[in-house]
Amino acid sequence: MSAPGTATSLSIVLTGSGGAGVMTAGQTLLEAATSCGLYGLMTRSTGPQIRGGEAAAMLRLSTQPVQCPGDKFDILLALDFENIQRFAAELPLDAKSVIIADPADGDMPAFLKASGATAGYIEMKKLAKAVPGGRVSMVALGALARLIGLPEAAIVEAVAASLGRKKPEAVKASEQAVLLGAANAPALSIPKLATPISNSTGRWSFTGNEITGFGVLKGGVRFVAGYPITPATEILEWLAHAIPQCGGEMVQAEDELASINMIIGASFGGAPAMTATAGPGLSLMTESLGLAVASETPLVVVDVMRSGPSTGIATKSEQSDLNIAVYGMHGDAPHVVTAPLSVSDCLLTAQWSAHLAESMQTPVIMLSDQSIGQARVVVDKPADIRFETKRLTPTEPIQDYARYALTESGVSPMSIPGMAGGQYTADGLTHNVKGTPSSQAQDHIAQMDKRRRKIEAFDYGAHWADIDGEGELAVITWGSSTQPIREGAARARAEGVGVKLIALRLISPPQPKLLAEALKGVKRALVIEQSHSGQFWRYLRAFYDLDIEVTPIPQPGPLPIRPGEALAYIRKGAQA
Amino acid sequence: MNMIPTPAREFKPADFKSSVKPVWCPGCGDHSVLVAFQRAMAELALPPEQVAVVSGIGCSSRMPAYTNCYGFHGVHGRSLALATGLKVARPDLTVIVASGDGDGFSIGGNHFLHACRRNLDVTYIVMDNRIYGMTKGQPSPTTEPDWDTAISPGGTGVSPFHPLVIALASGANFIARGFTGNIGHCARLIVEAVRTPGFSFVQLLSPCVTFREDQQRVWRNVVHEAMVPETDDPARAARRLMTDDGFNLGVLYRGARAPYQPRPLANLDPSHFESEFAI
Amino acid sequence: MKSPDKPGKPPQFNSPAEFFAQALAIEIEASERYAEIADQMEVHNNHRIAEIFRKMAHIESLHRDEIKRRAGDALIGGRPASFSWLAPEGPESIDLGDVHYKMTPRQALMLARHNEERATAYFEAIAEAAADPEIRAFAQTMADDERHHVALIDKWLDKYDPDDVDWSEDLDPPVISD
Repeated sequence: MSAPGTATSLSIVLTGSGGAGVMTAGQTLLEAATSCGLYGLMTRSTGPQIRGGEAAAMLRLSTQPVQCPGDKFDILLALDFENIQRFAAELPLDAKSVIIADPADGDMPAFLKASGATAGYIEMKKLAKAVPGGRVSMVALGALARLIGLPEAAIVEAVAASLGRKKPEAVKASEQAVLLGAANAPALSIPKLATPISNSTGRWSFTGNEITGFGVLKGGVRFVAGYPITPATEILEWLAHAIPQCGGEMVQAEDELASINMIIGASFGGAPAMTATAGPGLSLMTESLGLAVASETPLVVVDVMRSGPSTGIATKSEQSDLNIAVYGMHGDAPHVVTAPLSVSDCLLTAQWSAHLAESMQTPVIMLSDQSIGQARVVVDKPADIRFETKRLTPTEPIQDYARYALTESGVSPMSIPGMAGGQYTADGLTHNVKGTPSSQAQDHIAQMDKRRRKIEAFDYGAHWADIDGEGELAVITWGSSTQPIREGAARARAEGVGVKLIALRLISPPQPKLLAEALKGVKRALVIEQSHSGQFWRYLRAFYDLDIEVTPIPQPGPLPIRPGEALAYIRKGAQA
Repeated sequence: MNMIPTPAREFKPADFKSSVKPVWCPGCGDHSVLVAFQRAMAELALPPEQVAVVSGIGCSSRMPAYTNCYGFHGVHGRSLALATGLKVARPDLTVIVASGDGDGFSIGGNHFLHACRRNLDVTYIVMDNRIYGMTKGQPSPTTEPDWDTAISPGGTGVSPFHPLVIALASGANFIARGFTGNIGHCARLIVEAVRTPGFSFVQLLSPCVTFREDQQRVWRNVVHEAMVPETDDPARAARRLMTDDGFNLGVLYRGARAPYQPRPLANLDPSHFESEFAI
Repeated sequence: MKSPDKPGKPPQFNSPAEFFAQALAIEIEASERYAEIADQMEVHNNHRIAEIFRKMAHIESLHRDEIKRRAGDALIGGRPASFSWLAPEGPESIDLGDVHYKMTPRQALMLARHNEERATAYFEAIAEAAADPEIRAFAQTMADDERHHVALIDKWLDKYDPDDVDWSEDLDPPVISD
């Protein structure tokens, strides 16, 4: 427990509009704080305008790694109140919170008053005008730094780093504005963060999308095709600059139908391949995903889930593409579905997904989501994990080649164009062991058995789930719901409530034996997920024998599940 | 074109045929395309394992399994996308795409535009019979507006697509037309198409003996060698193609656009990028 | 017929070896073509016609072997010379567009007969135009062989009654397979 007046984490939100630079300010604050040894998380919320709209930069700073938003904001700093109403539901505040505003903006909106938070004022706009080239956001950051105990110099250094040497006047102006802000910070009592235990060396800063790109690259992917779509585009952009440096190629496709087919072609040619998309794009890809299953072509599709259905809310998160990922293909088309458990887990899961795809010659759909993909975290450098990935190919010289030979594992050697004697025609048509189209019952059944066997017989190892804690109560979850539940569970255990957390990283194929093992001693389970219809719960019911009392807790997006909410569910579950 | 160094070998057309017997109707023009393809590959002396034939869905798309090359029989309309991924990842292979007027110009229309625009070094053979053969005779984008069918009684009333014009406008570097009644000529066109870098589009008028039986008889008398030699001037080609009667045979346009081929810039280990994340 | 490269004048040959190579290529192509059509007929369950075309393929392959034997040393390695595969269709090969899955034996044989006649005319023309006596002699022999084939086919044709008017009738409509 932290000492009185200190906190283990501090949640700060900056809001503003019309080009005030809220996002940049948030980024600067994160960099400054983490350069002083703090860990951090940053997410953001915006209006629909491309520029000049209302924006909120949400930070959580801590002495330990944090990968999800906290229960509430300790500080709300409003550069102005324009349309802040849009974010009302995303800005939980209470009587212990503090709101910093500019008196020039007049009365604060009713919902902020109603929170009971204490208000403090600083004339940000007037002070900014006093400095030539001074910005309101810099004045604000100066005040904030003073209030939370961050050295002003850290802010200035962060600004200088991002502006570079190109604009020394701008850096000077920022420095002046920051100091003015610090000097005029309102007198407010804010819990200080405990001094960081170690310095920041060996830490990484990344978004879920960026580290997903890095993960597939580590996993061996060398061909990417993609079509821009929110909230996945950053994966494609990261790979566009990285993959040509690693001996690979990237093509911007004309649509998602082209993307999925391009990666099938590249993979057929021997290059491990992937694409990234969101729900609407995944829908477009389902026909050709079936082709990849039938032709046994390895590939990875990352779906950064948005709030659905249809166009939905592109900039908000939800866990409601599980159904289409698992069931979306016509026919019986067994394949693999994975999902990272946090922002940093995107690295392992993406790398693992590429490994699984190549090992089993199958498509793997990795379900990330907006809250993971577009959040930035500063955490300890992730472990460097390596997989022995090898696509099974026939030994040369090749004779009497049968591409889809019925092997025990279900995985048959896959020849690569250029290998003499290995010629075959890959096909979506039902085929025999040689790949020749066949409508014979025994061929259909033999190949169905083969493709199912290869997915189900595979040894997925320990990565299939993260299992943590002990108790008669368990929480079963997946994806981005994991982190808030993990924090809630930690708090519950501190109160003496035993709870086991089972977070699935392998969604499909189901692992009934492994889950039964994990549920030994458990009498009651909560299934918490971010979906209106409880897709995950229904999936568990379909494929797992849960001989215990199960309470589904489906919570639709777009708002994040918070640790306090998870704690409340756990407490209630423990009482039952 | 194929770039894997191999000791010079000679091939016969028979080396490019698989043991799978075509199910195309006897009399179908696609049989001739297969023979022309085999001859073209023999002439080019390409080892079968270094050629990949990619197709979509339709009668014409059955071709890959009948060859002794690598093949991919994909989903309807997406053969060009699949071929693009394959060729970009494996520029050393010779990639031939086989399609029909429905697969290529209807559902595949968008990918056609972008494949021409990219000018990737592949050869695109469209067996055009002005009908949907496989699904029993619906009009295709190249069918005449008054052609009566069950799904469009009295005809669609919609003007047909001009694929050669669209190919030119979209940036294809080589545009040719052949007729399956002359196998040697078709073989020559395929050879030229493969030898010319960039996106080579070859429309082969390929009669459907089941749904348009009189077509072959009519076409035999109507096809003719293009009256002017091939041009490399897009403006001249555009004028010519806009006034084309649909039966001019030969190489109608051959440009000099550089083909699209993204190349890796380096071959670093991914760990090179750790410094981007380290603070 | 206005499509490019239809044969007009008979080709000239610079040597007997060249002519042997050409003749061999013609027979190989004819044989392969008959075999292809036989396959098509087999796949379409017209076994009577498949059998006829297989016989023709066999006849042509025998002819091919005969040419190899006669050419002897004049033919390098027993292979056709590596001339272009892009030449116009040989005079002895059936046009793939002229077949029908329900064609009758008479029609199949008439097609074959027509091609053997074309081959006869082709070799006759070469024999007449040839300056080299060896070429002339061999071309004439080839023409005689082809004429003999025509006679064979005529005898064969005698076995068959005239075709029914509704030879192509198929009560079943076309079916979809994909």
